[in-house]
Amino acid sequence: MADDTTELSKFRNDIADWIINNCPETLRNRPLGEGSIVWGGRNWSFDNDDQRVWMENAITKGMTAPRWPTAYGGAGLNRAQEKIFREEMTRLKAPSPLESFGLWMLGPALLAFGTEEQKLHFLPQITSGKIRWCQGYSEPGAGSDLASVQTRAEDMGDHWLINGQKIWTSYADKADWIFALVRTDREAPKHKGISFVLIDMTTPGVSTKPIQLISGKSPFCETFFDNVKVPKSYGDGIPSQVGEINRGWDVAKHLLTHEREMISGGAQGLLGGRSTGEFLSSLDTDVLSDPVISAQAMELEVDSLAFGMTLDRYKDQAESGRGVGNASAMLKYYGTEMNKRRYELLMSASGSEGVEWDGPHGSLAPEWLRTKANSIEGGTSEVMLDIISKRVLELPLK
Amino acid sequence: MTSLLETEDETLLRDSARGFLNDASPVSALRANREQGRPFDPGLWREMAQMGWTGVLVPEEQGGADMGHRAAGILSEEMGQVLAASPFISSAVMAATALRGAANGRASDALAQIAAGESIYAIAVDEGPKHAPAKTALRAEKSGNGYRLSGSKTFVADGSSANRVLVLARTAGEAGDTSGLTLFDIDVERTGLSREAISTIDSRDHARLNFDDLEATGEDIVGELDNGFATLRHGLEAGQATLAAELSGLTAGAYAMTIGYLKERKQFDRTIGSFQALQHRAAHLFSEIEITASAVINAGRILDESPDQATLAVSIAKARATATAKLAVSEGVQMHGGIGMTDEYDIGFFMKRARVGAEWLGDYGYHAAQVAAARGF
Repeated sequence: MADDTTELSKFRNDIADWIINNCPETLRNRPLGEGSIVWGGRNWSFDNDDQRVWMENAITKGMTAPRWPTAYGGAGLNRAQEKIFREEMTRLKAPSPLESFGLWMLGPALLAFGTEEQKLHFLPQITSGKIRWCQGYSEPGAGSDLASVQTRAEDMGDHWLINGQKIWTSYADKADWIFALVRTDREAPKHKGISFVLIDMTTPGVSTKPIQLISGKSPFCETFFDNVKVPKSYGDGIPSQVGEINRGWDVAKHLLTHEREMISGGAQGLLGGRSTGEFLSSLDTDVLSDPVISAQAMELEVDSLAFGMTLDRYKDQAESGRGVGNASAMLKYYGTEMNKRRYELLMSASGSEGVEWDGPHGSLAPEWLRTKANSIEGGTSEVMLDIISKRVLELPLK
Repeated sequence: MTSLLETEDETLLRDSARGFLNDASPVSALRANREQGRPFDPGLWREMAQMGWTGVLVPEEQGGADMGHRAAGILSEEMGQVLAASPFISSAVMAATALRGAANGRASDALAQIAAGESIYAIAVDEGPKHAPAKTALRAEKSGNGYRLSGSKTFVADGSSANRVLVLARTAGEAGDTSGLTLFDIDVERTGLSREAISTIDSRDHARLNFDDLEATGEDIVGELDNGFATLRHGLEAGQATLAAELSGLTAGAYAMTIGYLKERKQFDRTIGSFQALQHRAAHLFSEIEITASAVINAGRILDESPDQATLAVSIAKARATATAKLAVSEGVQMHGGIGMTDEYDIGFFMKRARVGAEWLGDYGYHAAQVAAARGF
């Protein structure tokens, strides 16, 4: 980049050298896919030894969580440095050394709401890939209306007794621990009786069952809690809930903001990281001579570039301390709707080849089907529009 | 890393521009201009010159304020918000940028006059209903030591009020080539130039310019012979980015009126803004506005930092701003209902200016195609 300051361009050179020296070259040119993601956890087995080497090297430097403080296993980078790190990773085609819901969601919630002891206990387990987390939010009766969760946690003195069912728990069958929203006060108004509880999945009474989607196999599961005993404390200063008891909705809301940004940000990459233009150029040249497809592709490119700038602008604003608040609902709404548009375009551009389960474009069809969930999971588009109109535009209730 | 956040200096500039324009040129001033049959208020233009706005892109040596393209964008956003009419984009942005690139003695004097508000420049490029600089057919034939210009230009913004015009003429090649074009700087009083005002829906100045064997000399050439497109390109891109900013401001103005109306108008014993059908449309509009704002800021930043690589950023901004303004004014009129259709109410002025701004300096399709070309498809 032409506009780096001297300090940042030194950082760019150093971090590029570090990536080259620590990420085995064989990993750097492999196509990315669901199978090449390293999730970590107690039961994790690497596809190959290079993945292990890369993850361990990254852990040593704190680069599995570049922005987190070094005391918790991060690298303590600022936003500008992190952006350069991501750019160099993309340029050098290096895969992420470790991904997890711990890094994306629980970590940010603990950093904002956890006790110091909770942070020191749980965060290094996340950055080191030792514990894999999953998120227990939705229930069969609590989808868009998430605050109506009914999974009960009864106060039994030194422990909670938990009964109920979660749904859409991604990778529940692979995770070691779950962070879940449970009702700890059934008398209070619905937002005021929820706690955010951390539960070991090996506890007796926890079971999971995978869900098949229209797109085929999925990481989603149902998770059942049948008389599960969860201790109230995991040690000195380490309560089993994050934030105060009955104030879990605050933590959940904070975390949903992260989830929305993640889903909207994730809408950028597709088909092994190829851009729309690259994908279209790889097709039969007749495709782009179709005026409708060609016009849709141009519009999508305009919107998607401007959306990318907006993601950066909002991140900078959040970073500057001015906050984005509920406007992040816009990113989730727009990013997911745009991703659906993108896949509709790719499907039309691919013609009959696109409808094959495993045709010349690989997993295009299941990916297209899967995008239909983007505007449902993490808050539907309609809920996002409600949030914008009520909280940002402050339109009247009646 | 280029940040799209507004700096403190930029916020100060915006606040002072807003304060000034709210007093000096509210939307009612546009209505008054229309009633008086004048495209803009010369008094307003003089005040803009005194505040340094006309010299926003002119170097300090020529008496300019040299604040840069993002600053010009902020001023233009504020003007767009209240539909303040002036030759700002034609003269202070496009002509200043093109002349600055030429940098000879005469261009230097011209820049000083632009900064002082003494010269008003118009840019004469298009000859048909769509923006297409390469299609220039107006010929400048070699004649002795000079040239003779013949042909017509249309949709020349500020063409009737300008005292000078930068005209793109063909000195070689065929219509369709970007090479073989030359940019001339012509006094509007010169024999052989006639101007016809075109009455446009936005009540602003547009004109057709007819060149009939107009004599020009080598002195009148801005930049290099046969390479005028390169000189003008920077000016056009600066204009496109600033026009995108104007449209973004116009969008903000129309949007604020509409949201205000949704919060106040009652039907069926409810405030109409409480209807989810309208809430979701307003929230969608908000989303489009936020995304366009990023593209507009980005275009200004890139023009300030690396003007030679600004085509993509500028075209994203102009395409987005065109589309979002269209959405904002359409939703604005619809959500106002019948009153939105009346001439007495201001929302219609926003719709008319948005349509003119959509066409000027390249429509959505022109800029989307530029984006696609820059992105390799």
